[in-house]
Amino acid sequence: MNAPALMSAPLMHLPPVVDPSATSGVFSLLWLVVALPALGAVVLLLAGKRADAWAHLLGCATVAISFLISLILFFSLLGRGHGDRQVTQHLWTWFSAGHYTVNLDLLYDPLSALFLLLITGVGGIIHVYSIGYMEHDERRRRFFGYLNLFVAAMLVLVLASDYVGLFLGWEGVGLASYLLIGFWQHKPSAAAAAKKAFVINRVGDMGLFLGSALIFVTFGSTSFAAVSASSHQASSGTLTVIGLLLLLGACGKSAQFPLQTWLLDAMEGPTPVSALIHAATMVTAGVYLIVRSNFIFSLSENARTAVIVIGCITLLMGAVIGCAKDDIKKALAGSTMSQIGYMVLAAGLGPAGYAFAIFHLLTHGFFKANMFLGAGSVMHGMDDDVNMRHYGALRKAMPVTFATFAIGYLAILGVPPFAGFWSKDKIIEAAFGQNFVVGLCTLVGAGVTAFYMTRLMLMTFETSKRWEKGMHPHESPKVMTNPLKSLATLSALGGLFLVNGWITTWLTPVVGERVEHSLAVGSIGMSLIALVVVGIGVAVAWQLVGSRPVPRVAPENVSVFTRAARADLYGDAVNDEVVIKPGVAGIRGLGVFDGSVVDGIVQGLAASLTAISVKLRLVQNGFVRSYALAVLAGALIVIFAMLAVNFS
Amino acid sequence: MSVAPFIVLSAILFTIGCVGVLTRRNAIVVFMCVELMLNASNLALVTFARANGNLDGQIAAFFVMVVAAAEVVVGLAIIMNIFRTRRSASVDDASLLKY
Amino acid sequence: MIGFWILAPVMVACALGLLFARKAVHAALLLAVVMISLAVLYLIQDAPFLFAVQIIVYTGAILMLFLFALMFVGVDASDSVVETIRGQRAISTLVGLGFGLTLVVGLAQVSFGTAFGLGAANKQGNVPAIAKILFTRYVFAFEVTSALLITAAVGAMVLAHRELLTPKRTQADLAAQRLRDYAEKGTHLGPLPPPGVFARHNSVDTPALLPDGTAAEASISRVLAARGTVKSAPEISGDIAELTEGGEE
Repeated sequence: MNAPALMSAPLMHLPPVVDPSATSGVFSLLWLVVALPALGAVVLLLAGKRADAWAHLLGCATVAISFLISLILFFSLLGRGHGDRQVTQHLWTWFSAGHYTVNLDLLYDPLSALFLLLITGVGGIIHVYSIGYMEHDERRRRFFGYLNLFVAAMLVLVLASDYVGLFLGWEGVGLASYLLIGFWQHKPSAAAAAKKAFVINRVGDMGLFLGSALIFVTFGSTSFAAVSASSHQASSGTLTVIGLLLLLGACGKSAQFPLQTWLLDAMEGPTPVSALIHAATMVTAGVYLIVRSNFIFSLSENARTAVIVIGCITLLMGAVIGCAKDDIKKALAGSTMSQIGYMVLAAGLGPAGYAFAIFHLLTHGFFKANMFLGAGSVMHGMDDDVNMRHYGALRKAMPVTFATFAIGYLAILGVPPFAGFWSKDKIIEAAFGQNFVVGLCTLVGAGVTAFYMTRLMLMTFETSKRWEKGMHPHESPKVMTNPLKSLATLSALGGLFLVNGWITTWLTPVVGERVEHSLAVGSIGMSLIALVVVGIGVAVAWQLVGSRPVPRVAPENVSVFTRAARADLYGDAVNDEVVIKPGVAGIRGLGVFDGSVVDGIVQGLAASLTAISVKLRLVQNGFVRSYALAVLAGALIVIFAMLAVNFS
Repeated sequence: MSVAPFIVLSAILFTIGCVGVLTRRNAIVVFMCVELMLNASNLALVTFARANGNLDGQIAAFFVMVVAAAEVVVGLAIIMNIFRTRRSASVDDASLLKY
Repeated sequence: MIGFWILAPVMVACALGLLFARKAVHAALLLAVVMISLAVLYLIQDAPFLFAVQIIVYTGAILMLFLFALMFVGVDASDSVVETIRGQRAISTLVGLGFGLTLVVGLAQVSFGTAFGLGAANKQGNVPAIAKILFTRYVFAFEVTSALLITAAVGAMVLAHRELLTPKRTQADLAAQRLRDYAEKGTHLGPLPPPGVFARHNSVDTPALLPDGTAAEASISRVLAARGTVKSAPEISGDIAELTEGGEE
């Protein structure tokens, strides 16, 4: 192997090369995993009203079968040796232009195996939940069609072996997100939120697109195999730029700063949508991108630093926003933003943190989907009211919902032995190993997370009844509570992924050897410190929210921090000033320019031509003598020319 | 005898004929100026016949005269006709083909 | 060469006169001068045949044709001085001057060398030499030109032809008209008496005598009578007596 030209300091090894073998045996079923939901989407969207009776069953069936196949493939991959865990299935050649060929191949390796399970598993659970949740909606068939479309697109995203294929899935999930956020299209706020999500994602997509283009220019190919094999040969400047562009793409899709303003508005969509897309899967696509592109990020310290900074900012931002929201879904959305900040931060730590980012991604998928579905259950019982100030004392009315929600709550706080404890603490450890300030941010974030989640729990399930008149909250039907129970179980047991460091070893073929940084306080010491901080957060919440009566109407007289948090830390205002106002002014200017200058030139040209011809036509005055004069003048010119030629 | 003076005279007569065509309004006078131009070119032809030492120039001048005669005959008949209908022989009368 | 230097200014002056003459007839006559001078120039340049043809055909036939046309159109017709087209005169003069200057200056650059002279070509005489070339080398052009002439003549006849709008009056119609005039207006029916019936006087100023010896006024032109140059009857009575007496003896 050639000695690499440029390497960043703490790296011992080169990032692993994507070098898959062809599929054989059971792996040939890989394409079915994608094809089934895609087929489901097509059938459901084209079938028409006659399919309304069985639409939900078909939608769930396709995802369920995909999950079964994913499970079989996962165990088959487990069965293979450690170094033999990358397979590829060639579907067809998308296009071939000169030396550049893009194949639509599916790449199945440890990373995509985990994602497949997450997407089809949690997706399947949410599909079942939607049967009950969307029961009274007459457009339920379309809903399942869009959900299947989303699952298919997300699977393409994680199974692609090429940046172009990834982009195909990327755009697909963006489309599905737009369709699902604006599902209740009669609501102007939903339509606006869908547009906002799409437009902001577009900005991020540009980053991914330009990054892919730069990869093509640098490496001559966009397939992971080719790029990972030769990424160490590119200059560090190029790698940094590619990393920053890919980071921009990730920010758009994962609602990281500065492209985070769309996530809270995306809560306009139905709750299953929020659970599936904006908690468990789509918003994690950015983290997937960074981890998948580890062969770029591991070699560029500056790109990694940028990723860490973005992660830090977002995790604190999301936490602060979540503290002041009275809408239960928006509070959970702020929490999602913050948790993804953790994942992004972990991914930015390089080989020290890739595996933990994915681990936290999985556990977050479990407990956040759990809590979102729980919120949906609460809303279902409270007649679709989202304002937590109208909740209170729901523990007795909805016991199952409370129990499952509580497990998710403990998981996100990071209380052992629930899943969140294992994943979040590993991230905090790795953060302190990298840099003290970064570690401090994660710790503070954990404390604020504890605060706002406790506030949410107290306002919803404890404290006194603040219900609207005539409200009779009841438990949700089994079709909705069973998924809750399944997800609660996963939230509780998700920590098992870390037994014997299994997940780290499992992902090594993809992200490289993990670099261990040992801390002064040791691993257990760190966990204790984290628990103490969490405890402080819970106590503060109890003091401020639990021990006083909660006002039914949000108080006006609040501190400047609360006001800022209520306004999403002025994210929308900043966008307005920095982007929209200059953009609209620019467009207006262009309009004026087009109307006066461009039109002026064109019409001026026409007008001047007309004026010239009006003057010119007077030459044709009908008099023979004038024409004869013209003939003589012409003859004179010809003679001049002849003389000039002859005597020159 | 030198050739140049004859040629220059021919050029001068030709130019005067041109200006006459452009300036006079009576159709017949315009015609006469055309005849002047033809005569000027005849003079040039005859001069060059002498300069070159063969009679081709004189033959050409002869043919010019014949054709000019035919042309005058027909042209004057036309002018006659126009005068009969219009009672005017001004060339400015035919000015309908204009803007 | 002397002939050239005398005639050239004359020709230019007459051409300019043709340009500026108000009356069309004056223009025609000036053109005649130019053409005759040209004929002389041809003569000077050893082209006697063309000298003759120029005078006969051009001056004699073509210019006379012009004069006839002018008579037809109106001898008095003259162009007004005012120019109808704006700037025409100025620009034409300018362009004409430019044209002339260009030609003259351009021609002055050319060195023509010495003239070959027509001594050799005219050895057998100018006319036989012309005939020799005309009817051998240029015979086709000659034939075509004659066809052209015929066509021109026919064309002139066609163009000048006037359609009879009323039926042609025969001799019977004329006779009937005369009788009608006599009946209505008392116009004399027959021809007027010729003047000077006697053998010794048949000039227009001698009146015819009526049987009673007086002069017949209808036999003398009114113009002559107005002028008073008519011989009266008493004046010729001596002659009459002489004749009658001579007859008696």
